[in-house]
Amino acid sequence: MAYLDHAATTPMHPDAITAMTRALSTLGNASSLHTSGRRARRAVEEAREDIADALGARPSEVIFTGGGTESDNLAVKGVFWARRAADPRRRRVLASAVEHHAVLDAVQWLADQDGAEVTWLDTDRYGRVHPDVLREALRGDDVALVTAMWANNEVGTINPVAELAAVAAEHGVPFHTDAVQAVGAVPVDFKDSGASALTMTGHKVGGPYGVGVLLLGRDVACTPLLHGGGQERDVRSGTLDVPAIVGLAAAVRRAVEDQPANAVEVAALRDELIASVRRVVPDAIVNGDPGPQRLPGNAHLTFPGCEGDSLLMLLDAKGIECSTGSACTAGVAQPSHVLLAMDVEPALSRGSLRFSLGHTSTAHDVRDLAEAIGPVVERARNAGLAGMRRSKGKNVKAEV
Amino acid sequence: MRVLAAMSGGVDSAVAAARAVEAGHDVTGVHLALSAKPGTLRTGARGCCTVEDAHDARRAADLMGIPFYVWDFAERFTEDVVEDFVAEYAAGRTPNPCLRCNERIKFEALLDKAIALGFDAVCTGHYARLSAVDGVVELRRSADDGKDQSYVLASLTREQLSHAMFPLGDSTKAAVRAEAATRGLAVAEKPDSHDICFIPDGDTQKFLGNRLGQSPGLLIDDATGAVLGRHAGVHEFTIGQRKGLGIDAPAPDGRPRYVLSLEPVSGNVRVGAAEKLAVTTITATRPSWPSGTPLTGPIECVAQVRAHGGTAPAVAELVDNHLQIHLRTPLTGVAPGQAVALYHPDTNGDLVLASATINTTA
Repeated sequence: MAYLDHAATTPMHPDAITAMTRALSTLGNASSLHTSGRRARRAVEEAREDIADALGARPSEVIFTGGGTESDNLAVKGVFWARRAADPRRRRVLASAVEHHAVLDAVQWLADQDGAEVTWLDTDRYGRVHPDVLREALRGDDVALVTAMWANNEVGTINPVAELAAVAAEHGVPFHTDAVQAVGAVPVDFKDSGASALTMTGHKVGGPYGVGVLLLGRDVACTPLLHGGGQERDVRSGTLDVPAIVGLAAAVRRAVEDQPANAVEVAALRDELIASVRRVVPDAIVNGDPGPQRLPGNAHLTFPGCEGDSLLMLLDAKGIECSTGSACTAGVAQPSHVLLAMDVEPALSRGSLRFSLGHTSTAHDVRDLAEAIGPVVERARNAGLAGMRRSKGKNVKAEV
Repeated sequence: MRVLAAMSGGVDSAVAAARAVEAGHDVTGVHLALSAKPGTLRTGARGCCTVEDAHDARRAADLMGIPFYVWDFAERFTEDVVEDFVAEYAAGRTPNPCLRCNERIKFEALLDKAIALGFDAVCTGHYARLSAVDGVVELRRSADDGKDQSYVLASLTREQLSHAMFPLGDSTKAAVRAEAATRGLAVAEKPDSHDICFIPDGDTQKFLGNRLGQSPGLLIDDATGAVLGRHAGVHEFTIGQRKGLGIDAPAPDGRPRYVLSLEPVSGNVRVGAAEKLAVTTITATRPSWPSGTPLTGPIECVAQVRAHGGTAPAVAELVDNHLQIHLRTPLTGVAPGQAVALYHPDTNGDLVLASATINTTA
């Protein structure tokens, strides 16, 4: 089996499994005042300090959440609400057009349901937001929040986050970045980035599912989504998931520590993957940044004349797992909003696959794909043509 | 064989797929997303292609341990089935969208794709029998007379049928439900879908009205030529309809009046007495021969003009590539646009000889 979908989720690191397993059999609510509670609280605070240290943040800036989607929603809605409450004129959100749906749909919800104005920031053909596009959009004093992802989950293009954050800071506007794909893949330092808020999640870095972090600058006001016991600076109530947090911290430590070496190794495999696919399928198109400003594990390819769902099924049948890299409703592949924003033709966007490598990827995985891809593309191409075919003329019409 | 099982999320296609697996085939399940705007949850027994149906199909596939995918055929379905349905009504004809879906989607768009991807057959939960005689397929009625769906499959070509698999043909619906329960399929008790899947509220008139707008015309007494009233469009009527004609004055003879004919160009809807509905002669175009070669001489057979019921003994003959059908006992409610299927009675399941689209009746 070749697992080439690490951007969807990546295997848990053994360190994280060990730490989490131990914590699962340890009693204690981190909010309790007695001995067990203090022990649990200590585990959480050590985890918080480890994560802060690994990501260039202060411990008090680490807010534990239920994952990337929650962190994105909390940042987008919470910061928007707080900024508008402080000054009712601020009701504009600036967001890049290629955000993950957790940001995209939260922003759209604010526009549809809560009176927000939205400016979608154009990207270049690689899916990158340019600082001058942001600077232009920041004219006027009505902006509540800017949000732009660190690295794109579909095509892997990396944004100039520090430059974007600096532009937002010139205007005194908070800047949020969804770094779900970036942590562990590229160096991420919260302080150096200048961002006001940063999203990361456990299961993309070798940690458990269902736990994530919002790094939130200490002076950034944020209205809570969840009200209750007042945990996490009163921004995110809810009993802390101690085992998940402990597992997350172990994973983040390892992922950040291993990042420099891993990135080199994974990028070399990725380059070999692209090269070997293109040796067999010369007209395959690489989407996203062709240079170094790209996630090391990401290869996003368009196979002209093919349907992504055919390719995925045929590869799956050969034990090769990848993604059509698009959003799903009822499991139906929609044309990717990322590729559409990059001005890729809808027909081509339907024939795209995302292969993503990670910490357990091997040369074997790449070789398996290289061996399978030729016949698979040929077959999918025939099926793509079959989809277009009208074997007979239209019924009925002519004869009355 | 490598088999692609079309799984709607209902009990029939789930059991059909399970039987294909059990027969030793290499089965992959697909749910066809046909609606451009899938609803979230089904309401009652109506509609299909909701998120819940996709979920039910997925759970059935999980249980039999087969790969499962959702494929988007919404564009093809809209174009080939929904638009065709609307255009047919606008032209004063009565289409059968299920037949069109089998002909254009399941056994054309899907089958073509399946074959190109390396599958040998498409498996569905239709109630009809396929038998191979000397390597040549024959299409026959289901063992369950009440559920028989050979009528909506009869317009398929032999080539299409040679790549079809109907594992439920020898079973009754009751047996299929019982089997689903035994297999632990959660859809065992799921209500049957009725009506037209893309008109989930069942209000065909409203659907057509929204699509076609108003094209007013006259209600005319077929016997006297007298104008009895006005209407908003011929698509609001079907031949044989009695209720909802909007005629205030009763007929002089006090007998109910029925829609006899629809004339889309003039907008006239002719109404008259029940006996005027009786049809004894049918001309039908575009014949297909699912089980054999074209008719040569006149042949004794049974004609069927709608999905359930509507059968009569008949003599059929092929004249200038049209089927001329003389019914030995009259049928009512026979409308241009409907399909007529011809059967050769047989104790092993009536054999489907031909299908064609009704053009004129008398």
